[in-house]
This record gives sequence, structure tokens and C-alpha cells, in this order.
Amino acid sequence: MSDNERITSLLESAKRTRQELGEELHDSLMESLYGEAARIADIVVSRPERKQRFDLDRMVDRFVTSKWTGFPLMFVLLALVFWITIIGANIPSEYISKFLIDGGRPFLKHLSAIVHLPGWLDGVLIDGAYLSAAWVIAVMLPPMAIFFPMFTLLEDFGYLPRVAFNMDALFRKAGAHGKQALTMTMGFGCNAAGVVATRIIDSPRERLIAIITNNFALCNGRWPTQILIASIFLGSVVPAQFAGMATAAGVVFIALLGVALSLIISWGLSRSVLKGEASAFSLELPPYRPPRILQTLYTSLIDRTLFVLWRAIVFALPAGIVIWLVANVTISGTSLAEYFIHATNPFAVFLGLNGVILLAYVIAIPANEIVIPTVLMLTVLTSGLHGVGSGTGVLFAMDNTAAVANILHAGGWTPLTGLCLMLFSLIHNPCSTTIYTIYKETGSTKWTTLATLLPLILGFVVCFAVALIWRAF
Amino acid sequence: MEKGTENTAAAACETCPLNRQASLVKLGISMDDVDFVIALAGNPNTGKSTVFNSLTGLHQHTGNWPGKTVTRAEGAYSYNEKKYKIVDLPGTYSLLSTSVDEEVARDFILFGQPDVTVIVTEATRLERNLNLLLQVLEITDRAVVCVNLIDEARRHHIGVDDRALARELGVPVVLTAARQGEGIPELLQNIHQVATGEFVCKPQRLKSVPTKLMRAAEELSGKILEQFPGLPNARWVAFRLLEGDQRMIDAVRTGELAALMRSQVTTHE
Repeated sequence: MSDNERITSLLESAKRTRQELGEELHDSLMESLYGEAARIADIVVSRPERKQRFDLDRMVDRFVTSKWTGFPLMFVLLALVFWITIIGANIPSEYISKFLIDGGRPFLKHLSAIVHLPGWLDGVLIDGAYLSAAWVIAVMLPPMAIFFPMFTLLEDFGYLPRVAFNMDALFRKAGAHGKQALTMTMGFGCNAAGVVATRIIDSPRERLIAIITNNFALCNGRWPTQILIASIFLGSVVPAQFAGMATAAGVVFIALLGVALSLIISWGLSRSVLKGEASAFSLELPPYRPPRILQTLYTSLIDRTLFVLWRAIVFALPAGIVIWLVANVTISGTSLAEYFIHATNPFAVFLGLNGVILLAYVIAIPANEIVIPTVLMLTVLTSGLHGVGSGTGVLFAMDNTAAVANILHAGGWTPLTGLCLMLFSLIHNPCSTTIYTIYKETGSTKWTTLATLLPLILGFVVCFAVALIWRAF
Repeated sequence: MEKGTENTAAAACETCPLNRQASLVKLGISMDDVDFVIALAGNPNTGKSTVFNSLTGLHQHTGNWPGKTVTRAEGAYSYNEKKYKIVDLPGTYSLLSTSVDEEVARDFILFGQPDVTVIVTEATRLERNLNLLLQVLEITDRAVVCVNLIDEARRHHIGVDDRALARELGVPVVLTAARQGEGIPELLQNIHQVATGEFVCKPQRLKSVPTKLMRAAEELSGKILEQFPGLPNARWVAFRLLEGDQRMIDAVRTGELAALMRSQVTTHE
């Protein structure tokens, strides 16, 4: 008998025995496992004689996961975290941009003059690569350094599984897996990480739903865009003392809209291409643990803030070069950027956006983080603003929100443009890293294409509808 | 004179077997020429990543929610002049399920053949954790049980008798509070002893299985051993085949199981 035959006969005999034994085997194995576990635990574990009269964990849980107080508490916590981020990030942002842009750029220009760098190289390196990287640091570092530690503290404390617990019923009604609440929460940090996190979902059907809808969790690359645009178009229409709160409320609204969309799309998918019943699962609510403040600060700074910032810088450097080039390479007197913007502007305005925003989203496919710098630079370029920043094709410093507001208003922005940009920033194709991760996790071009195009088309539709309604009134 | 005693005292401390943490060198991710491979398994949210970090000096992200680690993380440390590679596996409730993260854990314990499997359990939920623990002990002979979050248990006035547990399971048991570093020196020592063979585990195997099933499993595992002599967990493979576990059937058919044995022969000779 050959090896192969012997193995086949081995498997055959296993199969025969299996049929003889039937279902009994699994059940009795499980029974003996659980029985043994209970027996050992009984010998080894000693519990207090009397049940404690007051169990703090249970008390907190009753409040945090209650039908009535659970959701409001979630909103309040979310809003509070954003409010602190928005209020706290303003001043350091200003200092960093003063240092890196007002200070760093002239210094580098000076150096390049000393070594007689050719004009185009000076432009590509300093006005393109350096400035876009500097801008990304100034805009992203302070909010992230505040947001991530707070988020990590909540995570360390044990709040995330409670959020999942609260959301579970909603996801189940949408035909999705309750654990999708957890992967979505991961997506609030980074969608690529959220997509990888869907591995905790057993059923392939529900896992695909979680992957496709993860993009609707607003990732940290998009928080700064939301915060900035909300401060300009929401914060400035209310009295100054409420500006922070109005901005936070606007951002929370967009984030919640993302959650709602993720539920709606899940519902749609589970009733069309990904039909099926939601599977049950058990979610363990871990005990609350006092967060370790210092350790949390350290790990969230190293793991998240610096990691994300580094990624942003890596993408901002080449993007800065591309921006400088499209703004400065001209064909018969008109730059490439202007060609694109003029060609797409009618379509974009129809959607409540403009050509600048569309071009920015094309350039920023590798990383959402650089959308705002790109938008500002292109706006200056096409609206022919002078005396702002440093002229054509140069990303400039944002000293304060008001300066940015002035530029955007000069570029013909209306509150509708701001609103549609916030919506489009939430609803558009995932960044290239996430697309690649989706491909790696699903191994399917079909699902990757769907996950990429579905939000993009939806974004166009939503912006168009909002613009239509806006103009009707 | 005084200085002299101080010196000898310090020197004695360094060589004393009681000063165990002194010989720990956290190596981060440098994993060349390791002597032993250690797997970290356990239920979700028992603190595996925290234990991992305190052994390797790495800063694998930890979070208080189940399902945080979905892929395996690897790091290294050296202890008593031996180099250890340590693999942090995703948390699982059982080795019988089918989600991707649980498969990662199970495949590694079974096919990765770690020298020692450290099973991290949570002191306040020991009974539930024992389910996985007993399954792992069905697969491997060389295991150390780490009852983590013992500080949490103390807070709730729950006592865990480590000696009784070790006696019941037949493998070393260490009580730890990894966040505070409590019990880590003892854990290192026990891993070392099991890895080097200084301590030989005699894990308890399930006894309360009905005789009919037991006989069927033994018969089959006999056949498996004929085909794959020296397979360390033939009985477990037999159980899996009897349950119709497709992954295991494929592993037998494609020769993955055979390849596993060959690699074992080469590494252990």
C-alpha cells in the first residue's frame, strides 16, 4: 500500500466511525470539557462568602449600557472629546506653523540661495515637499496629540466594548454582525486598521459587510478637515463663546451620520448581494480598569500619534511635489491644475463642490490628511489671490482660522461648499492604503472595486441632493 | 571592609537563582538564532499583549477589549543565557471554531510546535478560561499557565489557589499582575524550566469522555501513530478527525501533518 492509499484508508475509517458515533461526539466532548472546567474551578477558586452589597462595576454598567442613558452618554462623551480637541489644538497649531513655516521656510530659502539651487529644484523641494509636510505637522500633530490619548484612556478603561454592546442591536437589525461596532470604532482611528480588525468576525458574509462599510467611520486623516471646515462655516456664524461647541456639534453630527450610513449600507448589502441572517455571538464586557495615565500617554503618542503623523508626512512629501508641479507646469500659459479645475468645475459646482476640491481629492488619494493643504494651495492659485502666502503654487501658513476663511471666501466658497466638502470628506473612496488592505483581506478584485466605488458614487449623490435642496430654498 | 561586603552582596545577588529578573534581557524584535519558541495563548482580553510587552520590552498596543490582537506579534528576550522568541497569538475562546483570528492561534499551537505554550488566563473568570486551557493541554505537553490580573481578583476578594491548580492541571501555574510586573520573574523562571526540560509537565487529559468514544479515539489515534510515528498529539488529531474537522482532514491529506513531524525530527536531534 502506498502512503497515499494508507492515508485515504485512515480518513475513510475516521469517517466511518464518525458516522457511527454521530452528533454525540461533539456534545459529549463539550460536556466533559465544561464539566472538567467547573470541577477544577470549584477546587481552585474561592469567592467571598457573602455577595458584596455594592458592586461598582455593575452599577456603572447599568448606567453605561442602559437603553435610556447609554446612547446620550455616548454622544456626550464623543462631543466632549472633540470639544477638548478643538479648543486645545488651536494655540499649539499656531505656534508650530509659526515655527515651521514662518521661520523654517525663509531659513531654507536662504540656504538654497547660498548654494545656488536652480529655481525649479528650490520650488519642488521647499515650496512643494517641505511646505506640505510642515503644513501636515502643524494641522495634525496638536489635535492628534490630544485626541488619541483621550481615546486610548477610554479604551483602557473598558468603555469600547460597552459601545459595541449598545450598538449591537442596531447592527443586528441591519443584518450585520454585532462585532462590527468594534471594527467601526477601530476605523475611527484608521480605516486600514479597521479593515484588518474585521478578522474577529467569523462569518465571511458579515465580514465583507464590515469591510465595505468601514470607510464610513471617519478616520483620523479626515478629522482635521472636518474640524477646520466646521470651525469656518459653523463656528463663525454663532457668537464667539459658543464657537467651539458649535464646531464640536457639527463634527459629531458628521461622525454620527457616518455611523448611520454604515448601518444603512449594511442593511442594503445584507438584503441584496450579501443576503443572510445575522449570526449570534457573545460579547464579554471586561472589568473596568483604572487607566494608567502615563503609560497611556506614552503608548498613544508613540503608537498612534507619531505613527499616523509619520505616514502623513511620508505621503505629504511626494504630494507636495506633485502639487507644485501641476500648479507650475504650464501648457500655453495655463497650468495643468487650471486645466483640470476649469474642466471639472461645472460638474463639481453642480454637486455643491468645486473643481479645486475634486482635484484635491485626486491628489490626496494616498492620504486624506493632505486634502486641506491641497485645497488651500489650489484655491490661491486659481482665484489669483496675491499677497497671501507666498504666491503661485506655494502651500502657505495658516496662522489662524480666519485667514483660511478669507482665502476660501475669496475662492468663491459658500456655506454650501463647506457643507458639501464635509459630506464628501465623509463619503468618498477609501485612501489607497485602505483599498490595498481591503484587497489583501478579501483577495477579491470585485469586492475591492465595490468597496471603492460605492462610497464615491454615494458621495456624489448625497452632495448633489444636498445642493439641490439648498438651492431650492 | 564594608565596601567589600557590599560588593560580594551585589555579586551574590546577580548570581543568586532567586534574583530571576536580573538575567532578563529584553530583545525587542531581534530574533536571530533563538533557542526556544514560546507561544502566548489565552482567551481574549486576559492581558496577553501586556505579558508580551513586559517580556520583550516592545510596545505592542494593548487595549481593554476582546479582539484587539487579530494577527500574531513576535518579539524576543533572553533569559539565563538562552534566547527566546515569543509569539503573541490572538485571543480565542476555543480551538474548535472557525474565525480567522482563532485559526491563527490554533494553527500556531498545533503546527508551529512552540517549545512552551504559555496560556494566559484571567483570575476573575477562571472557570470560563479553563475551557480553552484544557483544550490546549490536549494538544501540547509543554505548557505554563499564567493566571493574570490577580490584582483584579484581589479587588473582588476572589482567591485563586495556584498550587491546587498546578496539581489539577499537571503544569506549572504562576499568578501575575502583568500591568504592575508582579509575578513576571516567576513566569520567566517557569518558562525556562519547562523549555529546558528541567521541569517535565504531566498535563491532565480529559477523563470524563464516555468509554465508547474514548475507545474509538484510541483506536484511531493508534492508526494515526502508525502513519505518523512520533506525532505528539495523535489523540487530539483523532478527536478532530472524528468530529469531521475539515482543516484537520486537509492537513492529514496534504501531508502538512507529515511535514510537521519531519521538522520536529530535525530540530530535536
